[in-house]
Amino acid sequence: MAAAPKRPFRWHIGVFLAPAVLVYTAIMILPLAGTLQLSLFRNIDQSQVFVGLANFRTLFGDPNWSVGFWNALRNNVWFFIIHMLVQNPIGVLLAALLSSPRLRFSAFYRTAIFVPTILSFVIVGFAWKLILSPLWGVAPNLMDLVGLKSLFTPWLGKEQYALTTLSLISVWQFVGIPMMLIYAALLSIPDEVIEAAECDGITGMSQFWKIKLPLILPSIGIISILTFVGNFNAFDLIYTAQGALAGPNYSTDILGTFLYRAFFGFQLQIGDPNMGAAIATMMFLIILGGVCVYLFLVQTRLRRYQF
Amino acid sequence: MSTATSSLPRTIGAHAVLLTYTVIALFPVIIVIMNSFKSRAGIFGAPLAPPTPKTFDLIGYTTVIGQGDFIHYFQNSLVVTVASLFFVLLFGAMAAFALSEYRFRGNSLMGLYLALGIMIPIRLATVAILQLMVTSGLVNTLTALILVYTAQGLPLAVFILSEFMKQVSDDLKNAGRIDGLSEYTIFFRLVLPLVRPSMATVAVFTMIPIWNDLWFPLILAPSEETKTVTLGAQLFLGQFVTNWNAILAALSLAIMPVLILYVIFSRQLIRGITSGAVK
Repeated sequence: MAAAPKRPFRWHIGVFLAPAVLVYTAIMILPLAGTLQLSLFRNIDQSQVFVGLANFRTLFGDPNWSVGFWNALRNNVWFFIIHMLVQNPIGVLLAALLSSPRLRFSAFYRTAIFVPTILSFVIVGFAWKLILSPLWGVAPNLMDLVGLKSLFTPWLGKEQYALTTLSLISVWQFVGIPMMLIYAALLSIPDEVIEAAECDGITGMSQFWKIKLPLILPSIGIISILTFVGNFNAFDLIYTAQGALAGPNYSTDILGTFLYRAFFGFQLQIGDPNMGAAIATMMFLIILGGVCVYLFLVQTRLRRYQF
Repeated sequence: MSTATSSLPRTIGAHAVLLTYTVIALFPVIIVIMNSFKSRAGIFGAPLAPPTPKTFDLIGYTTVIGQGDFIHYFQNSLVVTVASLFFVLLFGAMAAFALSEYRFRGNSLMGLYLALGIMIPIRLATVAILQLMVTSGLVNTLTALILVYTAQGLPLAVFILSEFMKQVSDDLKNAGRIDGLSEYTIFFRLVLPLVRPSMATVAVFTMIPIWNDLWFPLILAPSEETKTVTLGAQLFLGQFVTNWNAILAALSLAIMPVLILYVIFSRQLIRGITSGAVK
């Protein structure tokens, strides 16, 4: 059989792909690789010298760095735990209520609850800083209304409360995202499934736990990994509310602010791109690890139902 | 639906919970905007009360508009956001079309390569991006920000748009081919108009993080000429810690454009999210 005539090279595919691939590769992938590479170098006498894993040895071995790193990592884990424990349950609850049939004003609720998500961290951080400020008195006044004024303290200024307070502010800002995604998942459950459940006498709460929740588990999985990536990459809120030093006494320092100080320098500390790259590499590995756990362990075990 | 799922107490309970959370969500925004229209005595005397003729005062706004160069920052943000959005949508749609329309070797590998950026944040590459911008002389230019935001927005845009482009009917494109249209004409004249609604969804998703970003303006373009409104507001707020009128006015000025845009486009945004595009 004669060889099939070779198809002419389809230039247009290349033309369609080229701009996106070029920009993405040049501005994102190569710098990402460059950052990972920089973490293996050190600036000695004005020139970059390959030092192997020495920067990481400094990061974990030198108390000047390791104390800050572990503190930031621990705070970041707590930041993430608060998100998972507060943001997702509230999101699921709101979505479940919103999706109940024939609920009036649901468009209004949806729109209103999503408002904080579109605001920038600068606005959110400062607005809450003002509200929680003991100088202004909005928070103490409000607590007085319910008779809890004695419980008020300047939460953002106390080491033991500041991080949790900031996590809750972040939850307040982002609860709209899980709400919307779960709402979408709940709407996509076909009526027949719900009707079948009702025929079997499963209604109300048990219907939610036994029928709907298993069906929205994949969405909860996606939200969890999005939250994970977002949290271990967070910076703006802490920076606007507490400054680059993530006070009081570094109690709100997370990996993002730690990276900023290491790489860019702050006050007395001189910026060190190589140590910054080493920290960015650690963040990369943490995020990559989380994504892999999700892709290979969680997602493969979640059953997706096709209707 | 049967009545079993919506009894009266249950409905009231649902409204109570939703209303409570709506109040929690809107309260800080309302209180900031409300107090920005009050005099200093009004702000501190009764922070929870709306402005009355006695406490009404625009001193905060006059301070902000007089002192900060907000109009200029605003222009910078607008240029950066609109330009990045244009490139993300154009390049993203082109790549999505190539990936969804043609079968070629390495197609799925290319899709996977572009999708990497959805999960790995571009922020981690900052150290090398700054070096790149320094060597190419782009530090403190808006071009640097536009390039970075274009790269940041592309992965999600390609991913979402290629899902939508798969739904465009093959018959239509083949009819175009029989009529002798080039592949470029098919893309720009036939396919692009059909995916316009999904382009709007992608636009909203791309726009919000760009407009609100603080990290890259802080590192790549902190000069006075290139400050974006987010960075400008951040520095301004830092300087005026004790001038509460000015702070509240600046916050309100930063909130209002976003809020107005959101009210206009919220239907589009929410439809985009709930259409299952982001699964």
